[in-house]
Amino acid sequence: MADFTSGFWTWFISLTTIASIIFLFVFLLICSKKNDVDENETMGHVWDGNLEELNTPLPRWWFYSFIFTIFWGAAYLVFYPGLGSYPGILGWSQAGQLEKEMQVANETYGPLFEKFKNTDIVELAKDDAALKVGERLYASYCTTCHGSDARGARGYPNLRDDDWLYGGEPENIKTTIMEGRKAAMPPWGEVLSDDDLFNVVSYVEKLSGRVVDDLHASSGKEIYTKMCVVCHGAEGKGNQMMGAANLTDDVWLYGGSQKKIKESIALGRNGNMPPHKEFLGEAKVHILSAYIYSLSN
Amino acid sequence: MALQHTHIEKNIGLMMILIVLMISIGGLVQIIPLFFMHSTTEPVEGLKPYSALQLSGRDIYVSEGCYLCHSQMIRPFRAEVERYGHYSLAGEFVYDRPFQWGSKRTGPDLHRVGGRYSDEWHRVHLINPRDVVPESIMPGYPWFETTMLDASSIKKKMEVLRTLGAPYTDDEIEKAPAALEGKTQMDAVIAYLQVLGTSVKTRR
Repeated sequence: MADFTSGFWTWFISLTTIASIIFLFVFLLICSKKNDVDENETMGHVWDGNLEELNTPLPRWWFYSFIFTIFWGAAYLVFYPGLGSYPGILGWSQAGQLEKEMQVANETYGPLFEKFKNTDIVELAKDDAALKVGERLYASYCTTCHGSDARGARGYPNLRDDDWLYGGEPENIKTTIMEGRKAAMPPWGEVLSDDDLFNVVSYVEKLSGRVVDDLHASSGKEIYTKMCVVCHGAEGKGNQMMGAANLTDDVWLYGGSQKKIKESIALGRNGNMPPHKEFLGEAKVHILSAYIYSLSN
Repeated sequence: MALQHTHIEKNIGLMMILIVLMISIGGLVQIIPLFFMHSTTEPVEGLKPYSALQLSGRDIYVSEGCYLCHSQMIRPFRAEVERYGHYSLAGEFVYDRPFQWGSKRTGPDLHRVGGRYSDEWHRVHLINPRDVVPESIMPGYPWFETTMLDASSIKKKMEVLRTLGAPYTDDEIEKAPAALEGKTQMDAVIAYLQVLGTSVKTRR
């Protein structure tokens, strides 16, 4: 896109370019003019006593290819944008070429994604063709965080198990991918003393069925019912509406050691799944949802 | 004709001038006019100059040589647009001095990495990339987490950038050192990565 600040530049470019092409053409013709010296005979110039210049004209094929490139260049400038803001007869542009490329791709590949769009996700999860597409999509867009085996990593949920922060129903999965998720576990490190922290950790460990000191756990429970119960629930089963983790199982997104649990409580956790609605479009997300659903069902 | 021929060959000063004139035509018509185009010299809508923290992150990006493996220019081809997002526009780089387009991709292009991953992902990834991408060959940068930012030259940097055209206000420059207080190199690099390419809102 040539949006010059002044019309001068179109003239500057066009005139310089055309003038230099014409100059080259004329220069080539002048230089290849026949002279009366035979080929490989001396032209009569001598430098440094014995350096002679012989008459060795360009080979004909070379000469004609040179002429050809000049005409090629001129034709190029007629058909393609080269002279300032002149767009060329073909109206070609980089952005236009991309648009065409995208359009062809959408027409070719779009139906492949679209045809699954109206199938229910649960049904789709049984369709081998759809799952194959989903697997590829997963490999391209999801592996950076959830891993190539979909078993996640520290901070990135395992997608193959039965444990879901925001629900494992097909529509939950789809919403998660489309809209993204932002978890907000606040940091309690500044509110709680070290002892209190330790007590809450003990209680959380107890919730997941570990053997802990009852004294610590019971004072931990007091704090839990004040501070944690709103999100994680009275029984510690979590709340999928807000992505609060279930504390009674043995799945630990950020590590289940005493130290890691303490870290989670003290520093808070802000897991963040980015939205993919705009980037992938609904048709692809639909297939991806089916693939993710199939991993655990 | 033969006269002109020898005339040029025997006058080395004239020959040098003619040679320079000849070989500069390409640059004159292809490079100089770029300095006089709206699309290459004006910021795209919504583009802001880097904040103090982002700017510090950018300096770390440059000093660590990230550009050796990561480009910041998405070309207008379908394969790139599908993978990275909307192709790069010249107007997105007007406050980049120097730009970080890069010339080689060992790692992926980073021009639209902003908002693609969470801050925490970047933190984990920069400390040890293999914690989140097992097959990655990127080196880890664990010292980012423990090295505090040096705020002593940030005002000067922003002032220099202002003379080059970045529209910083006096207030922004005045508050710059305070904005870096207590921040690590990690915070700065993440702030920089998260703003990359975000002024163009369409992801495709």
